[in-house]
Amino acid sequence: MSETATTPTVLDVIDVCKSYPTEPPVHALRGISFSVTEGELVSVVGPSGSGKSTLLHLMGTLDRPSSGEIILAGHRLSELSDRNLSSLRAHHIGFVFQSFHLLSSLTTLDNVAEGLLYTGRPLHVRRELAEIALRRVGMGHRLDQQSAKLSGGEMQRVATARAFVGNPSIVLADEPTGNLDTKNSDAIVELIEELSAGGATIVVITHNLEIAETFPRVVGLRDGRIEYDRGAVA
Amino acid sequence: MNSTLQPSKLHPTDLLRSATIGIRTRKQRASLSALGIMIGIAAMVAVLGLSQSSQAELIAQLERLGTNLLTVQPDAGLGRGAGTLPETATDMIARIGPIEQTSMLSAVDAFIYRNDLIPTGKTGGISVQAIDQDMLEVLGGSVAYGVWFDDARAAYPNVVLGSVAAKRLGVREISGVLQVWLGGRWFTAIGILNLFELAPDLDRSAFVGQPAAEIYLDHENLPSRVLVRVDPAKVDQVLTVLAVTANPQFPEEVLVNKPSDALEAQEAADDAFTTLLLGLGAVSLLVGGVGIANIMVISVLERRGEIGLRRALGATRRHVASQFLGEALMLGGLGGVGGVLLGIAVTAVYANIKGWAMLVPPLAIVGGIAAALLIAGVAGLYPAVRAARLSPTEALRTT
Repeated sequence: MSETATTPTVLDVIDVCKSYPTEPPVHALRGISFSVTEGELVSVVGPSGSGKSTLLHLMGTLDRPSSGEIILAGHRLSELSDRNLSSLRAHHIGFVFQSFHLLSSLTTLDNVAEGLLYTGRPLHVRRELAEIALRRVGMGHRLDQQSAKLSGGEMQRVATARAFVGNPSIVLADEPTGNLDTKNSDAIVELIEELSAGGATIVVITHNLEIAETFPRVVGLRDGRIEYDRGAVA
Repeated sequence: MNSTLQPSKLHPTDLLRSATIGIRTRKQRASLSALGIMIGIAAMVAVLGLSQSSQAELIAQLERLGTNLLTVQPDAGLGRGAGTLPETATDMIARIGPIEQTSMLSAVDAFIYRNDLIPTGKTGGISVQAIDQDMLEVLGGSVAYGVWFDDARAAYPNVVLGSVAAKRLGVREISGVLQVWLGGRWFTAIGILNLFELAPDLDRSAFVGQPAAEIYLDHENLPSRVLVRVDPAKVDQVLTVLAVTANPQFPEEVLVNKPSDALEAQEAADDAFTTLLLGLGAVSLLVGGVGIANIMVISVLERRGEIGLRRALGATRRHVASQFLGEALMLGGLGGVGGVLLGIAVTAVYANIKGWAMLVPPLAIVGGIAAALLIAGVAGLYPAVRAARLSPTEALRTT
């Protein structure tokens, strides 16, 4: 494992806490620390209420921690303004959601191209890259299909292509198989593994231990704390 | 370790494309909300167009008829009777320098009936006027059927009927020899006039030549009205001296009128009506704006998931706000353009029916679209800000 010593860190989560000021206050995360290096495929697994989604939102810069620090692609998130966090998401983070979040009036090609909308690239370039990404996820034959007419498995493939199209520093997948049957679920896991083998850094959030265990590294969460971290690179 | 961060960008063309997504997804709803604005703008453009067209028509009418016609009449006030002007009035008036033409009318104390069997009480409200031949030219009138007087016709028992008088007598056209019963004897109707635009009361009159009135009706031709055409540049000066000239002894018993003023007054009344209609158009526009605001608020609620997605894809709050504001502006723009077209169509149809030249002020077109955009912009502002303030995590929680 000597070569991993030089592998750069993409994500550093340092002693992160997140509390919600409800009555009584909810402590969703209590002192989480872990790192993800370039090219890693990590699953974060835990039961409902363990703080998985909160952690994903914090890693994805959609929310800010109550304390602690997150460093993503070399940027300390606490030092970035809301606008700069948007820039970071546009250029460095890809998301895959459980409910796909495709725009029903657009074609699959344009849905994937939307993944690059805020990067400032011209439309024809966005469409070219989207086509490459769609072919990569096996959806090259349905470029002009209205996304509302796709099956669940196809929708998640398109959403996955959208997350990867900009070649982001990290892809965060929130229960990507949550709305799929076993067959489609297996296919999406396989796709994620393929993309990881291609060099992408991916964190998959799931409550499904069986799926989590298929990935090389598993971080177990319970009650806002890391219960275990198996397979982390040294 | 900090690499420079490229800002997230949204090109104007991409903003435009994003702003159409909501409209494309829900076409029916979008067209209905644009309809409110469209009706308001159409009402305003049509009102302005119609008022402009009718004003142009009035100016053309005044140009055709001239604003230099003055009438001199005895003031038929309380205790003065119908009255007449002094016998010398016409000659005296004609001596005023800037006067170009005069014509004298003398009201005859007689009635006209279709025939001698009609009961004497059924006069039809038609007056009989003894006139000189210049009257038609001075008034700018014209003959619809038959002929007007010449020296010979004026000396014989002939009558020319005003347009309304002819209708009341049941005379539609002049064909062959047509006799009417006037002042207890038969007169031959030789002509029917078109409507007088400057002297509508004379439409209800029957005209006989002054020589004939004297001979056949035993009428003394004292002036009851003098029509005067004045040098257009000197109308105001003439106005001040007419009464004294017509009746130097009792100038206060003389009434001087400028008939074109009545047309202008009518136009002023139309203007007040136009203002009222414009007000109604503005209210409709406001309601249209509230409709857009309502639709946009609903749209923001329904599209929380999309807003969350866009924030996750790197949209700033400003990008999200611009997208929703752009959508509201687009709805307003559609309504504005549609309203202007509809307003022009309404103006065209109405002007065509009225026989006017169609005129839509360019300001109404530009102003109509600008007003629609302004209203939509104001209406879209709150929903846009609301969309921008939505927390991405909250937004993504909705599916």
